[in-house]
Formats: sequence, structure tokens, C-alpha cells
Amino acid sequence: MADTKAPPVKQVRLPEAGAARAVLLRRARELALVPALLLLLVLGAVLNDSFFTEATLVSILASSAALAMVVLAESLVLITGKFDLSLESVVGIAPAVAALLVLPAAQAGWGTELPAAVALLAIPLVGAVIGAFNGILVVKVKLNAFIVTLAMLIILRGLLVGATKGKTLFGMPDSFFSLATTTFLRVPMSVWVAAVAFAIAGLVLKYHRIGRALYAIGGNLEAARAAGIRVDRVRLGVYVVAGVLASIGGLMYTGYVGAIGANQGQNMIFTVFAAAVIGGISLDGGRGTMFGALTGVLLLGVVKTMLTMAQVPSFWIDAIYGGIILLALMIARVTTGRAQD
Amino acid sequence: MTTALVEAQGIVKRYGPTTALADGRLTVLPRESHALVGRNGAGKSTLVNILTGLQSPDEGTVRFDGEPAPALTDRDAWRRRVACVYQKPTVVPELTVAENLFINRQPLHRGFISWRRLRADAAELLDTWDVHVDPEARTSDLKVEDRQMVEIARALSFGARFIVLDEPTAQLDNREIERLFTRMRALQESGVTFLFISHHLQEVYEVCQTVTVLRDARWITTAPVADLPRAALVEAMAGETVAEQAVRGRDVDQKAPVLLDARGLTSDAYQDIDLTVRRGEVVGLAGISGSGKIELAESFTGLHTPTSGTAQLDGEQLPFGDVQASLKAGVGCVPRDRHGQGLVFGMSIGDNATMSVLDRLGRFGFVGSDRKRGFAAELIDRLDIHTEGPDQPVSDLSGGNAQKVVMARALASDPRLLVLINPTAGVDVKSKESLLAHVDSARDEGTAVLVVSDELDDLRRCDRVLVLFHGRVVAEHPAGWRDHELIASIEGVDHHG
Repeated sequence: MADTKAPPVKQVRLPEAGAARAVLLRRARELALVPALLLLLVLGAVLNDSFFTEATLVSILASSAALAMVVLAESLVLITGKFDLSLESVVGIAPAVAALLVLPAAQAGWGTELPAAVALLAIPLVGAVIGAFNGILVVKVKLNAFIVTLAMLIILRGLLVGATKGKTLFGMPDSFFSLATTTFLRVPMSVWVAAVAFAIAGLVLKYHRIGRALYAIGGNLEAARAAGIRVDRVRLGVYVVAGVLASIGGLMYTGYVGAIGANQGQNMIFTVFAAAVIGGISLDGGRGTMFGALTGVLLLGVVKTMLTMAQVPSFWIDAIYGGIILLALMIARVTTGRAQD
Repeated sequence: MTTALVEAQGIVKRYGPTTALADGRLTVLPRESHALVGRNGAGKSTLVNILTGLQSPDEGTVRFDGEPAPALTDRDAWRRRVACVYQKPTVVPELTVAENLFINRQPLHRGFISWRRLRADAAELLDTWDVHVDPEARTSDLKVEDRQMVEIARALSFGARFIVLDEPTAQLDNREIERLFTRMRALQESGVTFLFISHHLQEVYEVCQTVTVLRDARWITTAPVADLPRAALVEAMAGETVAEQAVRGRDVDQKAPVLLDARGLTSDAYQDIDLTVRRGEVVGLAGISGSGKIELAESFTGLHTPTSGTAQLDGEQLPFGDVQASLKAGVGCVPRDRHGQGLVFGMSIGDNATMSVLDRLGRFGFVGSDRKRGFAAELIDRLDIHTEGPDQPVSDLSGGNAQKVVMARALASDPRLLVLINPTAGVDVKSKESLLAHVDSARDEGTAVLVVSDELDDLRRCDRVLVLFHGRVVAEHPAGWRDHELIASIEGVDHHG
């Protein structure tokens, strides 16, 4: 090269006030849902005396933990600009496989009667295998993510119904439920696990090259590739991680309910997408934070609990819930001033 | 004699049967700004792709500073030698400027990204090259000129001192262009070499020291700009036409009624355009890309909506922004891109050719399939489309025949105004002749024709050619113009003297 040396470095110009304001603005967008969440909590306390009690708040958290795990999984996939609808079926089938491995044939199991610890290890494994399968079809074979994962959603649901003959699985060892039953500081372990998972995901997304690569891939695929990011490998990895996270969410769900129904997780994916989008994750990829996704989950959890406590007739609850999701999306659009796509 | 920073010799690149570059040569000396000019299709983009390591040449050599070019897969080695700033951004819009500068090579502290160092490094980098952009700004919020400077700074931070600017001024206004040039000169002082690609020849004279001309996929000349007057440059780009075709002595009937009468048309792509086309007149629109010529033509077909002004067709107000209404008013259109807008490739030739006239082939939205077939067969015959029949899928056809289907559809509604946008793009010579013959026959039947094209052969048949530059009509050439005259006004040389 003729001249590969940069000229002498001059005094570093530090970011000025304008930069600070920009940072503040971006933080504000991340926190957009917090006022809405606080408002809802106040509203709940006003409407119902027993709302602002430890028992209610803990139950909101406990009932949201499984959803939170799946939202976390979906958010990671969405940030890279892809989809995974099949996560809701993973929620059902991963713990069901483990249960079938431990249960004797008399209790509708496969009769292998593996030790509980081994069976529990099978849960993330099932999630990872399904994630890898989705990832290979979407990333390597280049099939449409929506259709692939929709097909997988149906297939896995069908497999679960087939394997259990539509019956609900009971009588698993206690360790299957311990995430929901054991508590630390009076809060169930499942909540702590979800919190830790969000914290780790948030840190990696913010402070690790791989995390930043997710945003780059979702934001401008070609630019990411030009910057030397192994786009396919990262996307495949994200599918695997999402499968694992969703399978753990499935175990939390099992613990919360106390059994595994053939419909465990069914229709959950709509709530998952709602929480993610309300929380500021873009369906086009490249945008959104873990904190935002978490506030989305909590918002929906609070709303659901409020509706139940307000004794809204159960036949109407879905209609109102759906309306509130739409409303929350509009509010997020106004407060963040950005397209909520 | 200094070693050339970049030296490309005898570059040949073929894409299937077409030769994109037959004899590409380029020698860029260190610390100069070197212009690469040529008309559309001259091979500029292909040469740039080869110089930046995106494609390998079929023949010929590229040397950087006397050393052979690195292997295509060694992206890092390429990044240290050369970078290209394209018109299309290669940054991630949602990330900050600082992060985009160091994407996938963020400074780490114990395996984790140190945002403080990232910001400091970014600020330092931007400051070193005197780029006044806030490193914390979201990249999508930047203006085009700032985004370009960020991309240049990123390239420089890899160690590259040879920067290719691919039509950097296309999206900038005059003051921004001036600022870009000031920065280019400053960077040149600091040891950066530029390869500058532009359609605006006056910019070449303003900012470059040397110019290389490509024409018809071949190197034509390389000369210091000071030694190459504008006329010579234009001639090098245009070439001597083998025999400037004698234009038929066909006078437009000056008393023929005005069919299309547009007044004061303005949109974001053009300003204050007056345009009239008489019955049986063919008017050409020429201009560089981004001149507004395509948008102007699309305004009459409903594909582009002017913000003010009026257009009358045969005395009736022509509605804007509504393709269906334009069609009803009697406008037939060959859209700009047959893949994007012209054809539905999965459908048959018959379906494609009759798509816009289905209402005439049946009642209440039902279409008689026999009538449709008959109508399509007639069109196929009329336009001499080589096909097995109306049921063959369009995707089977060659470029020329596919374009004839698009033309067939434009003619299917017996339009009063025919708007043709790049009607012969990517079409072989024989099909071209036959397509243009249809323009002649449409004119003889009294249709008013508007032709937008980059091809001189298309424009030669026009009764007059209007030239647009930055959204304004700057010249009008009656039939019989010479190639270099038209090219000079298209490239903006004669009216910027």
C-alpha cells in the first residue's frame, strides 16, 4: 500500500450534550412501557383491595414465568429477522417426552422408567433438537420460516396428542414440579430462573459480539455479512437456543399446572408475539431489547390477573384481553413515536 | 515514476453469453482522484466489482501497489486495500454510528464489549478524519452525506487508502455535493486515493485529476482531465457512430391536434414541467438516472403522483395516481422493469397480454376463456411473439419475446397515448427492431407516443427528444441530432459550461 499509516492522532473529541440527549432518548424508548405498567398497578390497587398484596403480585410473576421464557426465546429469533411459531408446541412436547420417559406403561408412559434426573435432561435436549431442525430448514435449506415453523407447530402438536393418546399425564416425580413449588425469598424458583435468563440474554445482547451480531443480522443482512459475521451460523444457533429456552418454559408450565395436558402451550404463540411486539421487538428484525420484552410480558400478566380479579365473566375475557393487546400496541406506538412493526 | 496504487490489465468478465467487460484497464496513481466514466452498460459496475474483490475476472490481472490481488475469500485482505461506498447503504440502520464503525470488531474487555472504549475509539476515528458526526446517533437518522462519510471513515479504519465512490452525488443536493468535494480534497491531502464514478461530467472536472473512459465493455482512454476537453470526453464516451442513421424525413403535422397537454407538473422528482404531444407524434425523454424522466412518464400512467400541475388527454383531465383510471382514459404503458412491474411470470402469455383489458372480454367480471384466447392469439400474431401459443408460461420466453408480451398488453387497449419506459432494455437486436416498428405503426395510426430510454437507438426514432436534468427540461433536440450533442446535454455538459 502507498500509505497505510493513519495520520497522527489528534485530541479525542468527547461526545457533547447532543449525544447525551440522544442516549437519554433511547433509554426513554426502552422504558416506554414502564409508566403504563405502573399505571396499571395503581389502577389495580384502586379497583381491588386485594390486588396490591404479596400473594397477588407473586402469583402474577409465577403465572408469567413460563410465558416469559417463550417470549425471550421468540424475541431472540425475531431480532435476527426470522420467525419461530413452533415454540408453543415445544412448550408441550419437551416436558411430555420427559414424562413419558419416566412414567411406567401403566400410566400411559413408554415404560422406560428412566431416572427423573435423566428425563429432565432430555427436556432441553428435545428443545435443542427441534430448534436445530427448524434452523436447518430455514437457514440452510432456505425455506420460508413462517411456513416451516407453522408446519412444525402442527406436527409437534400432533405427535404429542398421538403419544399421549390425547390424555393428560399425571404422576411424574416431584422434581418435575419443583421449579414452581420450591421458593426462594417466597418467590417460586421459576420466576428466578426466568429473571436470570432475561438478565443473561440482556447482557449478551448488549455486551457480547454475538449479541450485537443478532441486531446487525436483523438490521441489514448484507452489512452483517460484509462485516465478517457468520450469518447462517448465528441464525441457526439462535433457533437452537430458542428451542432450549422454550422447553424450559414448558417445564415451568408443567410445574405451574401440575400435569401435562395434550394441549399444553396451545395458542400460546399469539400471546408470545403480542408480548414481544408490545415490548418493542420488531417483527422485521434488528430492533428491541430484553427489558422491553420483559415489560411486555409483565403488562400482559398484570392485565390478565386484573381481569380475573374484576370477575369479568370468563366467556368475555378473551375479547377484552385481545382488545387490551391492541390498545397497548397503540399506546406503545404513540409513546415511542415509532412504527410498532 | 511511482508504482500504481491499483493496476488492472486486460480484464475480461462474462456473464453467460453476455460479455460485461471485454477489455477493462485501470491504473490509479497514489493520492489522486481518478474518475471512471461511461454510459450505462459500459462496464463500470463490473470493473468496480472486480476491483473490490466481489467477483473474480475471467481473464486479466489486478495488482495493488505492485502486488497481486488477494484471494476472493480473504475478505480482510481486501478490506485493507480497497473499500467501496455504494449508493445503497452498507450500514445497519438501527445501530449507532459508533457501533457501525466497529461492527463485529468491537473493543473487548474480558470478553465483553467495552462501550466506553467503543465510543472513545469511534470519536477518535471520526475526529482523525474530520468527520463531524455524533458517534451516538442512530445511523438511520443520518443524512446521506454523513452516512457516506461514516462509511468512508470505516473503510479508512481498516487501513484501506483506496476508496471507490459509486455515484456518491446522486442523492445529494448542490451544497452537499460541494461539502463532499471539500472533504474529498482534504482526505486526498491526508493520503487517500479515490476512484470517483459519476454521470455528471462537470463533477469529474471539478474534483478529479485523471479520467478513464469505458465504452461498450472496453477501455477507451485514460488521460489527465486537464488534457481532455469536454467535447473530447463526450466523444470518447459516445464513440463514433458507424453511420449516423439518416432520420426519415417525416414531418409531424404541425397542425395535428395536441393530444397530451401537461402544464406545470411538479413532484419530488421533477419541477415545473410543460409537455405537449401531438397526435401521431413520438416524443423521447432522455436524462441520466435520477433526472426524473421515468417519474415524469410514470405520472401519466398513474404509477407516480405529481404534487401539482395538470395534464389533459384529448381535452379531458387526466387523473393522477390511479392506474385504472389512466388506463380507462386511454393510456397504454410499458413499465420500466419487465420483471418487477411488467409481467406475472407464473401466468401464461395469454393471461399476461390481456390482463388490462379483461373487462372487455366478458361481463360482470367473468372472462370468456375462448374470447380471451382468441384475443391473445391475435396479439401474439400482431406482435410476432415466438411462442407455442397463448397458454405457454411467460417465464419460458426470451427477454425479447417477454418484452413483446408487455408491449402487446400496452397495445391491447388501443391506447390514445402510449408510454414506453425503457422498451428495449435487455432485448436482442431483432426483437428491438420489431418492437420499435410497432412504435412507428402506432404513430401512423395517430397514437401519441412518449418514449423514455437510455438507448440512443430508441430515441433516434422520436420526432423530438426532451432532455431532463435534475428534474427540469434543459434541452430539446428535434429529430436529426447527432449522438454527441444529445449525450452532452444528457450528461449535463453543455448547460453547465
